[in-house]
Amino acid sequence: MANGQDDSGVSRRGALECMAWAGTGLLWTVAGGVPKVNQILGVASANAQAATGFTFAQISDSHLGFDKPANPNTNATLEEAIAKVVAAKDKPAFMIHTGDISHLSKPGQFDDADKIIGASRLDVHYVPGEHDVIDEDNGKAYMDRYGKNAKGKGWYAFDHQGVHFIGLVNVFDLKAGGMGNLGPEQLAWLADDLKGKSASTPIVVFAHIPLWTVYADWGWGTDDGVKALDLLKGFGSVTVLNGHIHQIFQKVEGNVAFHTARSTAFPQGAPGQAPSAGPILVPADKLRSVLGVASITVTQGTHALAITDAPLA
Amino acid sequence: MTTAFRRAAFARSLSLAFALALASLAAPARAAEITVKIDNFTFVPASVTIKPGDTVVWENVDDIPHSIVSKTPGVFRSKPLDTNDKFSFVFAQEGTYDFFCGLHPHMQGKIVVAP
Repeated sequence: MANGQDDSGVSRRGALECMAWAGTGLLWTVAGGVPKVNQILGVASANAQAATGFTFAQISDSHLGFDKPANPNTNATLEEAIAKVVAAKDKPAFMIHTGDISHLSKPGQFDDADKIIGASRLDVHYVPGEHDVIDEDNGKAYMDRYGKNAKGKGWYAFDHQGVHFIGLVNVFDLKAGGMGNLGPEQLAWLADDLKGKSASTPIVVFAHIPLWTVYADWGWGTDDGVKALDLLKGFGSVTVLNGHIHQIFQKVEGNVAFHTARSTAFPQGAPGQAPSAGPILVPADKLRSVLGVASITVTQGTHALAITDAPLA
Repeated sequence: MTTAFRRAAFARSLSLAFALALASLAAPARAAEITVKIDNFTFVPASVTIKPGDTVVWENVDDIPHSIVSKTPGVFRSKPLDTNDKFSFVFAQEGTYDFFCGLHPHMQGKIVVAP
């Protein structure tokens, strides 16, 4: 990749190959820092069911309200994404939405999202994207709906079967020329939240903008993300789930596995491969192949979480 | 018409003419309106030099919303601008005004106000 600012650990060719493999439904697990292809989806899921553990879904960037040529009907593609989540062989215990639920923070857009996502009947844990906090009250619309049990600007944590989940918010107090921002108050909360947790507690952190630098020129990173990652050093299994970039990027660094999800609304260009970070128009019959959902399986006794990306078609 | 009436009318038109003449002497040069377009996550042009009293109009022709935020807090801040939305601000004072997009802060520009 042209961006010399960060060694993502995967070349562009490698990333494209990963994306192609993920699109065909191959199941990857990561062990000892090396991604391994296990087996075709279906057989692996049977094995996962046999062991104790659970699966959860990640969707992202639904952008309800966007209606330009790149996708004139984001409600429809979100409906398809939810149908796919619900129909998965490994039934998800709950869902995570990594933000940009709406396109313009309008009540009607949030209402539509609640209705479409609600049809899944799953518990859903949200974090806001920058498109979700542009109401006149700078994020009150999001907080009123999704931030009931959250702190500060919407961060929170919860546990599920021994795995500790942390929702972080990195779309406030953005500085000129900067990228995503967590801020000192949230970092202090995170340090406190992690205090006393044993190193063997699997941690899943989710936030909208990638916590590591995917591409600084397009603002695809978090200025103080490293501070959060430093707090997570020492945990044996850390999985970071993000959105914002509308494409799959994965890397593994020691005990930390990073994954960004596809959007359910429209694709964006690969870093440096398009004039800007904005929507990419693909032929209508190809659109669903570049949108998708992700399924993450935790198997007790293994450090690595298995992340499977599936396109809408 | 009576002489008094004519004198009054004449006096009125004289003072009107006088006022108009004064006004045209005192009026500043017509303030300009300069457009900055937003396209492909970029402000075009990224830097503009204007005179005090000029208006800058930001016009979003991108297919994604953007917002205009002054780097110095509190000087100007637009609502989110969807495609074809505009935001304008009159720059009365000299100075350099850096600004960025509130949603995508890596997008930056500046307005230079000089006499």
